[in-house]
Amino acid sequence: MNLKSTTLNITSFFSSKQKFRYYLPQILTALGIIFIFGYFSYNAQVNMDNRGIDFGLRFLGEEASFDIQFSLIEYSGTDSYARAYLVGLLNTILVAVIGIFFATILGVVIGISRLSSNYLISKVAEWYIELFRNIPLLLQLFFWYFAALRALPLPSEAINFFDVAYLSVKGFYIPKFIWTNFSVFFYSIIASIVAIIFVFKYARKQQESTGKQVPKFFISLGILIIVPLLTFLIGGVSLSFEYPVLTQLSKTIFNFMGGVAIIPELMALALALSLYTATFIAECVRAGIMGVTKGQKEAAASIGLTPGQILRLVIMPQALRIIIPPTTNQYLNLTKNSSLAAAIAYPDIVLVFAGTAMMQTGRAIEIVSITMFTYLSLSIVISIFMNWYNKKIAIKEK
Amino acid sequence: MIKSLNFLGTPSRDKLNLFVSIGAFLFVLGIIDVILNSFFEINITSVLPRGLNFFTPLIFSFIGLYYIRIEFSGNRTLDNLNKNINSNWFNATLTLLIIFVLIQNIPPLLNWLFFDADYVGVSKEDCSREGACWVFINVWLKRLVYGLYPNSEIWRINLSFLMLIALVISGFFVPPKIKKYIIIFLLFVFPFIAINLISGGNFGLVWVETMAWGGLSLTFIISIFALLFCFPIGMFLALGRRSSAPVIRYSSIGFIEFWRGVPLITVLFMASVMMPMFLPDGTYMDKLVRVIIAITLFEAAYMAEVIRGGLQALPKGQYDAGKSLGMGYWRMHLLVILPQALKLVIPGIANTFLALVKDTPLILVVGLLELVGMIDMAKSNPDWLGFATEGYIFAGIVFWIICFNMSRYSQRLERKYKTDR
Amino acid sequence: MLKIIRNLVLFFSASLLLLSCGQEGGSKTLANTKKAGFVKCGVSQGLPGFSNADASGNWSGVDVDVCRAVAAAVLGDSQKVKFFPLSAKERFTALISGEIDVLSRNTTWTLSRDADIGLTFVGVNFYDGQGFMVRKDSGITSTSQFNSGLSACVNIGTTTELNMRDFFTSKGISYEPVVFEKADEVVAAYDSGRCDTYTTDKSGLAAQRTKMKDPDAHIVLPETISKEPLGPVVRQGDAVWEDIVRWSLNVMIEAEEYGITSSNAEGMKTSENPQIKRLVGAEGELGASLGIDNDWSLRIIQQVGNYGESYKRNIADTGILPTRGPNELWTKGGILYVPPAR
Repeated sequence: MNLKSTTLNITSFFSSKQKFRYYLPQILTALGIIFIFGYFSYNAQVNMDNRGIDFGLRFLGEEASFDIQFSLIEYSGTDSYARAYLVGLLNTILVAVIGIFFATILGVVIGISRLSSNYLISKVAEWYIELFRNIPLLLQLFFWYFAALRALPLPSEAINFFDVAYLSVKGFYIPKFIWTNFSVFFYSIIASIVAIIFVFKYARKQQESTGKQVPKFFISLGILIIVPLLTFLIGGVSLSFEYPVLTQLSKTIFNFMGGVAIIPELMALALALSLYTATFIAECVRAGIMGVTKGQKEAAASIGLTPGQILRLVIMPQALRIIIPPTTNQYLNLTKNSSLAAAIAYPDIVLVFAGTAMMQTGRAIEIVSITMFTYLSLSIVISIFMNWYNKKIAIKEK
Repeated sequence: MIKSLNFLGTPSRDKLNLFVSIGAFLFVLGIIDVILNSFFEINITSVLPRGLNFFTPLIFSFIGLYYIRIEFSGNRTLDNLNKNINSNWFNATLTLLIIFVLIQNIPPLLNWLFFDADYVGVSKEDCSREGACWVFINVWLKRLVYGLYPNSEIWRINLSFLMLIALVISGFFVPPKIKKYIIIFLLFVFPFIAINLISGGNFGLVWVETMAWGGLSLTFIISIFALLFCFPIGMFLALGRRSSAPVIRYSSIGFIEFWRGVPLITVLFMASVMMPMFLPDGTYMDKLVRVIIAITLFEAAYMAEVIRGGLQALPKGQYDAGKSLGMGYWRMHLLVILPQALKLVIPGIANTFLALVKDTPLILVVGLLELVGMIDMAKSNPDWLGFATEGYIFAGIVFWIICFNMSRYSQRLERKYKTDR
Repeated sequence: MLKIIRNLVLFFSASLLLLSCGQEGGSKTLANTKKAGFVKCGVSQGLPGFSNADASGNWSGVDVDVCRAVAAAVLGDSQKVKFFPLSAKERFTALISGEIDVLSRNTTWTLSRDADIGLTFVGVNFYDGQGFMVRKDSGITSTSQFNSGLSACVNIGTTTELNMRDFFTSKGISYEPVVFEKADEVVAAYDSGRCDTYTTDKSGLAAQRTKMKDPDAHIVLPETISKEPLGPVVRQGDAVWEDIVRWSLNVMIEAEEYGITSSNAEGMKTSENPQIKRLVGAEGELGASLGIDNDWSLRIIQQVGNYGESYKRNIADTGILPTRGPNELWTKGGILYVPPAR
């Protein structure tokens, strides 16, 4: 192609101003992004070559040679960094689940109290929300861990809960469940849940055809309690407990051996996360309940439902539609906030992987990227779920 | 059992005086019992067995409240009282529990915080340890507010903040014509003046390295700078996300979702540990600058979502009207769309700023000492060990005051701007 | 259309390459330091005896003295140092990224640190070992009395964390590691009873004990469970800067070997011993190969003192470790033996 036809091509391409407007910014943006990424990778390559560091995920297979304080799976220092990552990840999920559970319960209670007609109760709920929402989470965490839980007594003078559980500065010790034939018990629970689902379906069919209410709550409760209990009698399942015992390690050093030790780091983190997130969930619940038009409540009252029934049968199902998306967002925030474990000694993924492992291997780029990618995946999973739920419950307008 | 108390008859309006007086008497008796129990260790019902003893105040006050519960008594205060806290026995019990818990806990707390506390002093010995030791805060106050900034140069920080406050306040009181100039000055010229003042190095001012900045002033510096820069970036991202050009749209979405999906701690790690590797060999970017960039990008993603909500809430008619007037993309957005959209989401923007202020303590994991970091340093000083509680309570109070007022202000703004449409 | 894109891409990559062309040759760190006018020194966040700041912000300690020696050699004034207190987490990345030029932070010299992370250890200024601290009233007087179930406080990302594991595993004791990021948090956890024992380098134990509520209530157990050679670190890739830091430290030790002190250094210029004359810059051209002037060693000795003076001032006289232990000259029974500066 010669110069003339090239210029003709360019000018004819850009003669349409719309196309010019449409393509040029995109080209510039794309080039800008490529340029930035290329610049960064190039610099990183040069820097690493200069220092003699190599890039790669090979280090994940190397021996970790450090111990982790608390782990849900078997782990020792001879395991690889990949296994240490897994331990950290499970710890993160553990504290997130515990936090979500307590935050939801507390949040719902406080949200409903906020709407109570009782002036005192609603004021107390309001002050709770204002207090815990306006103090940074890190500060609350520090307070709980460094000030409150450190003031607990030493194991020799631990707080005693009926001689089965003990609370001391080293942790909360509870009895360990020792199962035999746990799988039978587990399957029986799964079977009862399946049975309960069928009961609900049957109850709904009955209600739609005859209008009679089947007491499904009590029936399901009965199934859930009786069937697993039966496995104790005929399934060969048995349960024994291993109690924590105060052992003397030296003249003044005592510790509890046996049983399950819940470390104070986990307690402080779960406590701080729950109290903080509960305030946001309470506001979501309140907004949800208030978002149901007043007419619904009055109509329900006019057909003779008690306040409890109104809340349960009329208001909550409609309010849930408004409550659940922001609450799921709060769950996500709680999971991300659990990364604050790095500031206290709780071995979650940030402390174990982006802390110890990073300092021992020096591979900052790989490790920080993997950590960020992990959190990103968790967020995306929860976002996908939220989108699915939103689509499912969206009011299909005619 | 409740029915059995009706030997006096159901509480009703006729025998108003009788019921109210008996009820009030019993109620007050219960409260006095609790007060005597918790503060003076006197047990007026010690004749009863131990278990019952614990519940007597509850029983007394409960019965008292039952007697007071007269519907439509005609006395307005009594009616209000009944409707509010005494409408049924569940409510009454809760009310009593709350009152008792408050009585038992608030006075000792106030005692510890204010009345038994020590305020004046110079060293650890001036604290008697019966109450809170505010001497600790008193002695360290300058460090807690200014960080490790040299004492002789503190006037520079004070001057910068005074200028900022003066500019913002004057922005409210001047006629709109000059307001534009003040805003432009505030956004573009003032940051340079402030940076030069605080870090020094030019114009004969002593250079103070950013490692020495700290305390509450650092909290404000970071918050203000991050807010200043995350706002335009967020706006561009929001507009980008709503654009029809696929490259721009998907890169905006990717950018926003990436920063929203990772916790701030990992972002700070990235800034302090990864970013230096991405810069050319030999160049060095100050740690505070890197941290501010990281926080800005992080908050810009959240701000973009907030602004996008506003853009979505605008009726499509506005866009159509703008286009029909022949306005180009930028002109339409600048003059028609953005002013309305931003007004809609002012509470959201205020919330994001609030979240930003609450997130600043996290920078202590990368070694920058703002207020919480300085308190950590103060409490580990060998001369001042053991005052962790006072330190954290002080920091909590400071943050609470700042954040509470900001949230109140944003609620006020929300109410004010709601009336527009 | 495609041709345009191709040309643009070529143009951008060409500019990339041009941008990346940095200066080659010479010591960039030395040039930058001279330009900035101060040495950027990474130190700890407060370890008495090694690097600690007093209330007015003046830093002192044996690690601080190493940086001061470098400043005296390169810039002529040992006060021209800017100290950057770093946590264990950021110490290496701060060095790699260029935030500091010398890391003098009681860092243990290990293979993986030397080879893997892009750093170079340039010497040892303190030979130490890891030990344990317990409360006196616990009745434990030796690590052989440790039992399973112990909880041990340690700093994150240190060799201490790894050595502790090796030690307990070899003894078959199950223990609970409690890892914190800041040394102050570790000490506070141990002091409050959260952990039964605190482990780090023995010099660190002695130093941190002075910061506890009741220093006399704690003892350091006699066993040493590892070798911890502590020394300054620099970035890999700048050989001249490495040599400067290495020989600044070596000169301090060698000066003590020959009896040169800060007070008599000037007088030693007329000494009979040629090595002494070389050390005070009266003979030889030692400075030229390092890119600095010849009085560098004299300035170090005069402004900072020899190794013995530094040790005495910071560690012995403050009561942290009254005796030199292995940190004595080889001629006097210790293991400080440095290559000769000639």
